Amino acid sequence: MRHRLDLKIGPVSFRIGSAWPQPIAQLAALYAPYPKPDGIADFTVRLEPEKPWRRLIRPSVAIHGDYTLPDAAPLPLAQGLLAAEMGMNLQMALGQKRFLLLHAGTVERGGRALLLTGHSGAGKSTLAAMLGEAGWRFLGDEFALLDPATGLIHPFPRAISLKNQSLALFDNAAPDRLGPVLKGTPKGTIRHLRPPADAIARMAEPARPALILFPRFNRDFEPETRPVGAAETFVRLTQASTNYVALGRPGFDALTRLVTATPSFAIDYRSGAEAAALIDTLWSKTA
Amino acid sequence: MAGPTFVAEAPEALSQIPLESLTALYHAASGTTHLLAPPAPQILAALAGRPGTAEDVLARIAESFDLEAEDAAAAMSARLAELEAAGLVRRA
Repeated sequence: MRHRLDLKIGPVSFRIGSAWPQPIAQLAALYAPYPKPDGIADFTVRLEPEKPWRRLIRPSVAIHGDYTLPDAAPLPLAQGLLAAEMGMNLQMALGQKRFLLLHAGTVERGGRALLLTGHSGAGKSTLAAMLGEAGWRFLGDEFALLDPATGLIHPFPRAISLKNQSLALFDNAAPDRLGPVLKGTPKGTIRHLRPPADAIARMAEPARPALILFPRFNRDFEPETRPVGAAETFVRLTQASTNYVALGRPGFDALTRLVTATPSFAIDYRSGAEAAALIDTLWSKTA
Repeated sequence: MAGPTFVAEAPEALSQIPLESLTALYHAASGTTHLLAPPAPQILAALAGRPGTAEDVLARIAESFDLEAEDAAAAMSARLAELEAAGLVRRA
């Protein structure tokens, strides 16, 4: 590829190639403090023109790599950074075999991890990012990596993908931590935020899961906390995992161990501050 | 009339973890996860490597489990048919 960047994020390394310089330059700025991989990268992402002439004429970025979705729509070059991020997600979702992947935001305090999981739009990414700015160590906003051998959660502190209204919450972040504002993406307006410095410095330190939360954001709900039983948590986490079936028995063992050992609650909240208060109360009671 | 005879996998072919009142079961041969409600785990235990009819299963689990149904034999046959459809018991 003409342009290339190698990145290590937590225990996973990526090699990202691009036919255009812009996406690589934006990635390099966003991930400036991250280490380089020690050896051969685990996954390759390639940003290539959909057709050869689309490198120059109405440039259009197709996401390729070790694992590819045949019907993934290409993105305009202005959204090349998003294409790179989506490419990294895709390699993890389709190719990761070492860890059980759970769609969850994760933060840590005192060596113990809090998992925030739920449907897209429930607020797990925003909450993880907010807690990461407020005394917790940010482990990731997209995937929790559960190691079947140890039961520990490994950090995967990718750039945080802020969407739509969430952008305004992080206006005060240092400007060098923020990527370009990407308008008109398939998920609306997106801006990437580099995780706090301690999240990057300590990204090799796993944590023991201590609390699982299913947050639900809705302005019309009264704030509420409900315990969720182990069986329901198990089913919801199989649905929140991209590779549960592929892992087979180790995935079953890891997930049953997680849900039997970790208390789990659903919380309804109307604002970030309300969620933070509910989380603090639950954390001090259970974890 | 004795119905069909069924048999389940030996216990070592299945991983079972109780989750509250349910049981999560991993079936290694198919790579499938099942979430079972009573009396399914008791039936699998009663038939583990040991073929039997619906009546046999009723007799084997009677001590540990009371199948609260008017026609216990018919209820057991229905449960066995469900477990057969799920691939967890087969005809012996």
